[in-house]
Amino acid sequence: MNNIKERLINGLIKENPTFVLMLGMCPTLAVTTSAMNGLGMGLTTMVVLALSNAFISLLRNIIPDKVRIPAFIVIIASFVTMVELLLEGFIPALYDALGIYIPLIVVNCIILGRAESYASKNPVIPSLFDGIGMGLGFSFALTCIGAVRELIGAGKLFGMNIMPESYIPCSIFILAPGAFFVLAVLTAIQNKIKIIGERKGKDMSKIQSGCGNDCLNCSDTGCTKRFYDEKAQKIKGEEEKEHA
Amino acid sequence: MSDLMKVSSNPHIRAKSSTGSIMAAVVIALLPAAGFGIYNFGLDALILILVTVLSTVLTEYIFEKILGKKVTIGDYSAVVTGLLLALNLPVSAPWWIGVIGGVFAILVVKMLFGGLGQNFMNPALGARCFLLIAFTSIMTTFDCDAYTGATPLLALKNGDAVNIFDMVIGKTAGTIGETSMVAIVIGACFLILVGVIDLRIPGSYIVSFVIFISLFSGRGFDYAYISAHLAGGGLMLGAFFMATDYVTRPITVKGQYVYGILLGILTGIFRIFGPSPEGVSYAIILGNLLVPLIEKATLPTAFGKGGARA
Repeated sequence: MNNIKERLINGLIKENPTFVLMLGMCPTLAVTTSAMNGLGMGLTTMVVLALSNAFISLLRNIIPDKVRIPAFIVIIASFVTMVELLLEGFIPALYDALGIYIPLIVVNCIILGRAESYASKNPVIPSLFDGIGMGLGFSFALTCIGAVRELIGAGKLFGMNIMPESYIPCSIFILAPGAFFVLAVLTAIQNKIKIIGERKGKDMSKIQSGCGNDCLNCSDTGCTKRFYDEKAQKIKGEEEKEHA
Repeated sequence: MSDLMKVSSNPHIRAKSSTGSIMAAVVIALLPAAGFGIYNFGLDALILILVTVLSTVLTEYIFEKILGKKVTIGDYSAVVTGLLLALNLPVSAPWWIGVIGGVFAILVVKMLFGGLGQNFMNPALGARCFLLIAFTSIMTTFDCDAYTGATPLLALKNGDAVNIFDMVIGKTAGTIGETSMVAIVIGACFLILVGVIDLRIPGSYIVSFVIFISLFSGRGFDYAYISAHLAGGGLMLGAFFMATDYVTRPITVKGQYVYGILLGILTGIFRIFGPSPEGVSYAIILGNLLVPLIEKATLPTAFGKGGARA
């Protein structure tokens, strides 16, 4: 039980896919024109994420290591197709609003990322809840961004008029630039909270990228920490050569 | 004593000009256009100008106070930004448009990128484009007590006749500071005489724009049509006061010509083929973004580095 709770909190706060891991930026920026769209996208992704995590975890001992990525994609794509057809049949309004971004859930890097880094190494139940936790974190973030954009850009919240009559909506916020402004500000607030926490002496190292700082056993060549570490080592090596 | 102990990199040329004096000259040069705008549109224009300038200066002051930095409102650069932004607003815009624009110009475009000298885009134009997208209907409504109906450029786009003499003098609808070609050119002449700007960018901008218009407008070298395009809209204000902004123009001489020609072509494309009648601000902003590339491509060869390469 403890593990399940830990997974949920991990997805919602510690490794929030949007604000902390910075994953899945494409749907984050594109569909959050309103709180409802953000929530819909988040929940759709959550369903796919939870199911594909559970399924991949079930098959983790059968899938050969060399072809694991194509195998993951096939599983994810099947679930996305199912969800897409269900949405089209039962919630056509949301289906129209999300458009091309529903099939694109297949290539959402949160889903493949969780499959690769968690579900393929852990038992079914924690993987399922890891998916739900991550999905909730994603939904939470998308709803926040959508709510701010809808409030400023259209004067509404979940489709209801909130602002007074005299409010003139600042429509740039429901256009593409507004997505970047809002995401940047919300991420900055999140970082500020982290910095305040660190000043107070709390251990904030875990609220960072999801790598767990295990650099020795990590194969991620795109990691910035690795890049700077290697650069520093290179410079050090060159300096030593010069001394010699 | 502290003045004598200033440590800076070479070349050690002493000149009396400073950021403050250059910016003050720009403010003086903008006064004819602003004055004509107030005469043309009435007291509302004066209030909008004051509110916008106040908001840019206050934003810079408060931001630097909060972050504990040196307060730089004494160099007038915030005043220039505010004044330019106000001259780019229609007189019917409510006062809070000026405030939002001023805060956006200074806070987002200038200060978040490191203050004066670090901004990648002209703050006044960045704010104008922000307002244009955010409050499209307010920013494109030029009806006021003095004038109703279309701006000359819109009339031109619709194929209606325009009075070129009125456009040169400035007795037309438009933003506060862009209508009078005469007032802007007077200010520009002052800037050129005191050596703050030169004709490289405005000259190549306007010449390439004229060539583009004669080639692609489908009217050939129609004298009246071209002069209407030159006198109408923000071309003069943009060419002399915004494209020449020290921070966001290329630093190399060759690059400045390239930049001017690029702006001319972009403005022509936006005005003739675009859906809206005006395109100067978008052209200059796009040009601003390309400045690092232009500078890289036109970097002069250092003395002794040229010649045949192995």
